[in-house]
Amino acid sequence: MSATLAPAVRAGRRMPETRRRTRHLLWTVAAAVLIVALTYVLPPFRNYQLATVGAYLCVTAGLTVLTGLNGQLSLGHGALMATGAYTVALLQERLAGQGQWTLLVSVVAAIAVTTVAGGIVGLAAARLRGPYLAGLTLAVAVVVPAITSTFDTIFNSDQGLSVYVDPPPPALGATFPYERWQAWLTWTGALLTMLVLATLIRGRFGRSLRAVRDDEAAARIAGVNVARTQVLAFVVSAACAGLGGALFAVLAQSVSPGAFPLSLSLFLVMAIVIGGLGSLAGAVWGAVLLVALPALTHSVTDSINVSPAVAQRLEGNLPLALFGVTLVVVMLAAPGGIASLKPRRRKA
Amino acid sequence: MRRIWSALAAITLVAAATSGCSDDSSGGGSGGGSVPGVTATDILVGTHMPLTGPAAAGYSKIAPATKAYFEFVNAAGGVNGRKISYKIMDDQYNPATTQQVVRELVLQDKVFAILNGLGTPTHTGVLDFLKTNRVPDLFVASGSRSWNQPDKYPGTFGFNVDYTVEGKILASHVKETLPGKKVCFMGQDDDFGRDSLAGIEKILGPVAAKQSYVTSNPNVGPQMGALKQAGCQVVMLATVPGFTSLSLGTAAKIGFKAQFVVSQVGADLSTISKQLGAAAPLAEGLISANYLPMSTDDANPWIQLYKKVNAQYNGNADFDNNIVYGMSVGYLFVQSLQAAGKDLTREGIIAAVEKGGFQGPANAPLRFSAENHSGYGGEQLTKVEGGKQAYFGTPYETDDADGAVAAYSAQAVTPPQNGIPAAS
Repeated sequence: MSATLAPAVRAGRRMPETRRRTRHLLWTVAAAVLIVALTYVLPPFRNYQLATVGAYLCVTAGLTVLTGLNGQLSLGHGALMATGAYTVALLQERLAGQGQWTLLVSVVAAIAVTTVAGGIVGLAAARLRGPYLAGLTLAVAVVVPAITSTFDTIFNSDQGLSVYVDPPPPALGATFPYERWQAWLTWTGALLTMLVLATLIRGRFGRSLRAVRDDEAAARIAGVNVARTQVLAFVVSAACAGLGGALFAVLAQSVSPGAFPLSLSLFLVMAIVIGGLGSLAGAVWGAVLLVALPALTHSVTDSINVSPAVAQRLEGNLPLALFGVTLVVVMLAAPGGIASLKPRRRKA
Repeated sequence: MRRIWSALAAITLVAAATSGCSDDSSGGGSGGGSVPGVTATDILVGTHMPLTGPAAAGYSKIAPATKAYFEFVNAAGGVNGRKISYKIMDDQYNPATTQQVVRELVLQDKVFAILNGLGTPTHTGVLDFLKTNRVPDLFVASGSRSWNQPDKYPGTFGFNVDYTVEGKILASHVKETLPGKKVCFMGQDDDFGRDSLAGIEKILGPVAAKQSYVTSNPNVGPQMGALKQAGCQVVMLATVPGFTSLSLGTAAKIGFKAQFVVSQVGADLSTISKQLGAAAPLAEGLISANYLPMSTDDANPWIQLYKKVNAQYNGNADFDNNIVYGMSVGYLFVQSLQAAGKDLTREGIIAAVEKGGFQGPANAPLRFSAENHSGYGGEQLTKVEGGKQAYFGTPYETDDADGAVAAYSAQAVTPPQNGIPAAS
C-alpha cells in the first residue's frame, strides 16, 4: 500500500504551498471545462451516466482517503450515503417550490447531518482495529432497511420517498436537457470534493493520516494525536459520502433503502481498490468502473442470444463476476490499482 | 494530479467513443421519425418487471405472455402495418433499480411508451420522470390510486382494480358472510397495503389488528404471531404471491387457523401452490377476487384464445392467471393502438385511451375518461375449493370513495374471430 503512495508524498514535499494550491485550482477549472464540453456532446442517457459517475466520485474519493491513506476499512459507506440522501428528500419536501436555492440548503444540510453521523461512527471506530472495525461499519450498513421500516411514518419503508427537484433554471433555455443539468450538479459536487481533498491530503493533515496508517506508535511519538486523526479522517470521509448520497437522491428523484444495500458498500470498497487505493486518481477510476461495468455486462447479456431463463440468471450475477475478475486481474497486473499504471515515467 | 488528469482524459475518450456508437444505433432505430419509438414498420414499447427477487414468483411470467400476444399480432401483420417490439427490463422489485432501467428504456432505447410497469413502490418512483419526458405510461400493473391523477400525471393509466375498490368488495363479502367475526389485516408497508386497508375500513370500520411487512425481509413470523395473539378469525391480506404463501405457511406452523381473504395480485393459486409445495392444501378455502377469466375455465373463449397463443408463441409455458393477465394487457394495448389510428403519436394514444369504450375479456368495466385514469372498476369473488380456484356469485363494481358496492351485470364479450381487436 505504502509503495503506491510514495510518489504522491514526494510530489507534495517538493512544491511550495501556494504554487500547489493554484495548481489544484487550475486542474479543477480545466476538468470543469472538460465536463461541461462533454455534456454538450453526449446523448441524454450518457449524460445521466456521467452524472452518476460524478455522484459516485464524491463517495469513492472520501473513502479512498479513509481506507487508503488512513488505513481504516469502512463497509458502511452505503449507510452514510443513505443518511445524506434521506436528509435531502425530507428537506426538499418541506422546501418544495421555493426556488433553486433550496437544493443548496438541502445538500449542505445533508453533508452536515452525515458529518455528525460520521463523527459518531468515527468515535467508535477509532477504538477498533481490523476485523472489529469492519464488523462495526458492516452493522451500520445492514441497519438501514430496518430503520426505514421501523420509522415508516418518516421514511416510508421500502417504497421510500420521492425527492422534489426543481427543473433547470429558465435562464438556461426552455429546452435545456434535464440530464445535462443533473451532470452539472453532480460534477460541481465532485470537483469541489476533489479540490478540497487534494488540498487536505497534500498538507499536514495528509501526513498525519499516513503516519497513523503506517505506524501508530511512531506517529504518537512524533506528536500526532492518533485518535483525533482517525476520527477526523472518518468525519471527512463521511461528509463526502453524505454529499454523494445527496446527489444520488437528486439524480434519482427518489430515495429508498434498496438504493443503498450492503452490496453497494462492498462495491465501493472494491472500486477504490481496483482504481488504486489511496489515490484520488484511483477514486476517479473506481467511480467510472462502478457505472461502466454493470452497463457493460448489461449490453453483453443483451447482445448474446441466450434463453430468457439463462439471461435472467446472468443479469443479476454477471456484474458481480465481472467485478471479481477485474479485481483479480488488476491485482495481479498492477497491485497498486489502475491509477498506479501511469506514474512510472515520472521517476526519471 | 497528472494521474487524475489522465484518468479524466481516458473517460472523455471512452465517453466520446460510446456516444458515437449510441448515436449511430439510435439514429438507425428511429429512422428519423419525429415520434420516439415509432417508425413506419415498428413500435417499441418497454416495461419494468420483477424477473428476479422477492416478487418474481408468478409476476415474472406476465411480460413474456404480453410479448407472446404481440408476436401473435405481429405474425398477422401487426397494427397499421407496424410490428410491436416489447423490451422487458428486470427491476427486481427494487425501486432504485426501477429508476435505472426506466431511464435506460426512455433515454437510451427511446421507447414509445412504458407499458404495464409492475409494482406500487417501484412504479411510484418513476411517475415524475415519465411525466417530465412526456412518455405515455399505460396500464400500470398495480392497483395503487396514484395512477388515477389525470391532473398531476396526465399520461399515466392503471390496469388493475384499485386496491381500495378491491378492499371494499372483499370487505363487503366478509361483512355479509362472516358477520361478527374478528377481522384483521396484514399488508405491504407501502401504498398497496395502505390503499387496501382504506377500502376495507370504509366497509368494516377499524380492523381488530393490523400488521405490515416489507419484501426485503422474508419473515412474517412476528406478524402472524401478533394476529394469532389478537384472536383474529378472518385475516385480510394485501400481499404479493410470495408473501401470501409465506403467511399461509407461517400461520399453519404456529397453529393459527383463520379464514384468509387475499388481494387479487397475491392470490393466483398455481403460483401459491408451487411455492407451498407439499403444503399446497393450506390454500384450501382461500377467498379472493378477480376480473379476468380464470386460467382453469377451459370453456371460456378468451382462455381458448390465450392457450393457443401460449402454445404458439410463449413456448407453451405453464398456463396460469399471470399469463391470462399478461395477454389481456397485450390485448388492451393493441385496442389502444387501433383506436389511436395510423398516425401514431404519444398525444394520440393518450387521447384514444381517454376516449375509452374498450370491451375485452374482463367481467368488470373499464372506465377510462379524461377524468378517470384508474383501471378496472370491479371484481368478482373467487374461492379455492378442491384444489381449484373458481368464481362464485356475481361481479361487483364500486368506486374508491364512499359509493356503494353494487352488482355489475353487463355481459362479457367474446373475442374477435382472429383474436386481434379490429380497427375502430
